[in-house]
Amino acid sequence: MFTLQVGSIFTIILVLAVVIVVAAMLIWVERRLLSFWQERLGPNRVGWFGLLQVVADMVKIFNKEDWIPRFADRFSFVLAPAIIMTVVLLSFAVIPFAPNIGVVDSNVGVLFVLAMASLGAYSVMLGGLSSDNKYALLGSLRCAAQMVSYEVFMGISLLGVVALSGSFNLRVIVEAQADGWYVIPQFVGFVIFLIAGIAESHRLPFDLPEAEGEIAAGYHAEYGGIKFGMFFVAEYVGLVLVSSLITVLFFGGWLGPAFLPPIVWFSAKAFTFIAFFILLRAAIPRPRYDQLMNFGWLFLLPVSLVNLLVTGAIILSTQ
Amino acid sequence: MMLLFYLAAAIAVISTAAVIVQTNIVHALIYLILSLLAVAVIFYVLGAPFAALLEAIVYAGAIMVLFLFVIMMLNLGQHTRDEERSWMTMQVWIAPSIMAAILLAQLVNVLSQYDQELTPVRVGVLEVSALLFGPYVLAVELASILLLAGLVSAYHLAKK
Repeated sequence: MFTLQVGSIFTIILVLAVVIVVAAMLIWVERRLLSFWQERLGPNRVGWFGLLQVVADMVKIFNKEDWIPRFADRFSFVLAPAIIMTVVLLSFAVIPFAPNIGVVDSNVGVLFVLAMASLGAYSVMLGGLSSDNKYALLGSLRCAAQMVSYEVFMGISLLGVVALSGSFNLRVIVEAQADGWYVIPQFVGFVIFLIAGIAESHRLPFDLPEAEGEIAAGYHAEYGGIKFGMFFVAEYVGLVLVSSLITVLFFGGWLGPAFLPPIVWFSAKAFTFIAFFILLRAAIPRPRYDQLMNFGWLFLLPVSLVNLLVTGAIILSTQ
Repeated sequence: MMLLFYLAAAIAVISTAAVIVQTNIVHALIYLILSLLAVAVIFYVLGAPFAALLEAIVYAGAIMVLFLFVIMMLNLGQHTRDEERSWMTMQVWIAPSIMAAILLAQLVNVLSQYDQELTPVRVGVLEVSALLFGPYVLAVELASILLLAGLVSAYHLAKK
């Protein structure tokens, strides 16, 4: 029998497979939950409770013609969806799922996640730029500004947690929360990270790069078939990633009462945040673009800096 | 580990060469990002994970995004590509090639005299931070003042 160990081949394959399958199933979860909150039925025809809807959609997407517009820049057009899929999946390498489940036990895990998040911006930018389409270009311009800005607040909001635990290692951060979750001393940091996380994964209500009402699906307007599918699934993988990060950084990761195994605690916490993100999508309308940027730079930046200062002062005075 | 180093070094050299010979500016930029990431891997292999990830976050993740941002707004099409191609003649290569060859000869000469085995020393985040806020604190402060001046002047120019 295979043993679950950090960094063994079996664990790596398991993590990859589970993450992709969970992300694909989230499409169904999201549609069902949204329809539940909006008092309609949602997809319920294919399979038990419509569970096979995702499989049907994927079969359809794989069978579509893999078309590249003649006016597009082929090299960057093909590269763009591959970049986003690669960076979000790579980010899972440093996430500690349970004491014995994880890919790498890295001493710079937090920085690695931030680096991958900043590389993810290229996917959307190149996708929009290579499409040679005005809506796509507008979408990727918005996205570039949004991702570069919110990356800053994301990084600063994390620093409180890093200062409290004294490490960039996500596993050490989880273990340091045995006495109490960081959401209590770092509540401000948690809220800022949550907001920046939604903006980084450009999901509703911050999906301005692909606002279908104004700029016709934005940066992936020219994409179809499996390339569009990559963007689509990568968005859900990003959702799982942000939820896992919140769980690890602020809610004690796998820690919990011993009557359930650690991985169950981790999944339960992460899924709570996934459901919360879907609820946000149903509850909040999309802000205007300048409102989003002003909110970031004029409100989130000062608040996150003050949060960091106060955290540092408290750590220094209690030492 | 040494294999990883040589692989990353080869990618860095090849992609940097591609940056120079590419006439499509977006492709050149992608190769530049690749080159920076390869250098980050080299830093990591040589035992500096903090420098490696800062290279990825700051250079590949922030500065290059701004480059791409500007290129997106300039709308450089076929016209610039033709112009670049017309500039890239054989004559242009002569002087830089001679200078680069001299530099390469010197480098090979120096490296051939340096025969002791390179042993990577791992420099963690804590060591780097202690140095930045210890002996080098003045340099850090000066750099931040410079950045602040840049920020204020950019704000002023944009306001006009």
